[in-house]
Amino acid sequence: VHCTRYLDPDGRPLAELPDFARNARGLVPLYRAMALTRQFDQRAVALQRTGRLGTYPSSYGQEASEVAIGAAMAPDDVLLGTYRETGAMLVRGVEMREILLYWGGDERGMAYSGPQAPRQDFPISVPIATHAPQAIGVAYAFKLRKEPRAAVCVLGDGASSKGDFYEALNAAGVWQLPVVFVIVNNQWAISVPRETQSRAATLAQKAIAAGIDGEQVDGNDAIAVYDRLSAALAKAKRGEGPHLLEALTYRLSDHTTADDARRYRSELEVERRRALDPLPRLKAFLERAGVWSEADEDKLRADHAARIDAAVDAYLATPPPAPSAMFEHLFATLPAALEAQRVVLAEGDAQ
Amino acid sequence: MSEITLVEAVNLALAHELAADPSVLVLGEDVGVNGGVFRATAGLLERFGKERVIDTPLAEGLIAGMSVGLAAQGLKPVAEIQFMGFLYPAIDQLVNHASRLRNRTRSRLTCPLVLRVPCGAGIHAPEHHSESTESMLAHIPGLRVVVPSSPARAYGLLLAAIRDPDPVVFLEPTRLYRLGKENVRDDGVALPLDTCFVLRDGTDVTLVTYGAAVRETLAVADTLAGQGIGAEVIDVATLAPLDMATILESVEKTGRCVVVHEAARNVGVGAEIAARLADEGLLTLHAPVKRVTGYDTVVPLAKLEKEYLPQPARIEAAVRELLEAA
Repeated sequence: VHCTRYLDPDGRPLAELPDFARNARGLVPLYRAMALTRQFDQRAVALQRTGRLGTYPSSYGQEASEVAIGAAMAPDDVLLGTYRETGAMLVRGVEMREILLYWGGDERGMAYSGPQAPRQDFPISVPIATHAPQAIGVAYAFKLRKEPRAAVCVLGDGASSKGDFYEALNAAGVWQLPVVFVIVNNQWAISVPRETQSRAATLAQKAIAAGIDGEQVDGNDAIAVYDRLSAALAKAKRGEGPHLLEALTYRLSDHTTADDARRYRSELEVERRRALDPLPRLKAFLERAGVWSEADEDKLRADHAARIDAAVDAYLATPPPAPSAMFEHLFATLPAALEAQRVVLAEGDAQ
Repeated sequence: MSEITLVEAVNLALAHELAADPSVLVLGEDVGVNGGVFRATAGLLERFGKERVIDTPLAEGLIAGMSVGLAAQGLKPVAEIQFMGFLYPAIDQLVNHASRLRNRTRSRLTCPLVLRVPCGAGIHAPEHHSESTESMLAHIPGLRVVVPSSPARAYGLLLAAIRDPDPVVFLEPTRLYRLGKENVRDDGVALPLDTCFVLRDGTDVTLVTYGAAVRETLAVADTLAGQGIGAEVIDVATLAPLDMATILESVEKTGRCVVVHEAARNVGVGAEIAARLADEGLLTLHAPVKRVTGYDTVVPLAKLEKEYLPQPARIEAAVRELLEAA
């Protein structure tokens, strides 16, 4: 199984860069989105710590993979992801305000009502790997209608142990569907390390059993993830079949704000991984190429802070849904049998 | 109009919708080349092609999850789970996704899928081929659970299920698949969901049932009629959401109610009906609500399945008990 890496941890090219990366200025948007994801994450965790947001899963350390996934996809591709896809969701046009609403406990957060919103993207999938067979249905629909689109199913390393994942991978191979599975392998499924998930040397090699292509990529190298996922998506849209990409990264944060990773992994391990942080890596590359400066960085942080402030304000200013809203989207038309229950809550709404 | 069996009526409805609506797909294990293990999908592959009549790998979680993905893309998948005993890997998709996709996206994405599931005992099938676990499904908010009890209702209700904009589990009693024929007009006219069917009028007792047990219940109503006892027979048809209004109206008239189903009694559909009668119809009752059901045991293998199923004698005895009580 091949593993692609373009930048070393200090941001120095290890090989000839792919075409899209020749002009370093073209990579600035990737860096900006990675920085936004991290800054947004930090704010979300702070909101949770101060009682203004529910449990939140940070993607600290995984921003290169997340942002590259969002950036490599076409607007009309469909993303089916887990709860740790904030970076990809932001790049695809999901509003920060809605992401906060969702984690704050409001279903309207998954409505994706913004003007740039990816309306056909699936909502965050909380159960592990159950969205993998759904990606098969989405990709089957694209193939049936002869649309040049692809489904992108993002999973964690833990998900690769589940039957849903194997069933989906297997079916993708059978029907040669336009779907790309991306395992964002952050080495930890809450407290269970990668080696306890599987004896397989790589997770990408699980593709072999399904008769499809699989490869690894340095998930902390945004150029590598973008390059390999773009190639896989292009292949899928040409009708040449599905693909499995394993992005090797590391979760520098706790699993969620409800977790304390110190219980199961050493600070030494985390320190070593922090040295591989994807943000300084791309930043160093951009600085050496002369397309990024500390002044740019300062301005970026200030811009992002203002955008995040506005989103947080809008989130905090959103009144909770009326109690009877729990009946509103249960069925297309509320069955008569449920009307009496709705009325009880609707009377409460009025008070 | 022709006399057909229930399984032929299912086939007729599937063919009608495949022809009428290009977004309808049929998928499942052995549904294509083989035409289904019960022949419910016979001939569909030949008429509509393998892109729309899909033989899937043998994986129920995949079948259900794939259906969720297809439905969210605006297609109308009608998936077959070969037997109810093999449904359980698919329940994850039903509980966590199909039944709540509309709700959790505020109707941005919807899930108009149908999961057809042969169910029930009485055909001397092997182990795991005879269960009736519908109350597990009826407990899931956002999911419709429909059970036909005759060829005409199978045709009309399956059309309605396929056209419904939300997910429906359609349970097909295997015992009824080839037991008796009925005139069914292939006119594309659907029957209403969320509505009980009053199959027989009566003033002395209300017999509430669904699925295969409708057959024995109607037979008992015949017997009782010969003895001057008028039994009203209600086919629940849609187990969730439950049309209690029709049941309450009937019991207001008769004052007595027996619920009959072949599923186990404990936390069954009958428990819900009895509880709702106690809550909303207690003062109309002359006697306690009785349940005649399968036992709270594992469904026995073929040699004892007749003893397990509610036989007419048990139903009749329950009615007599009520009539003697008041």
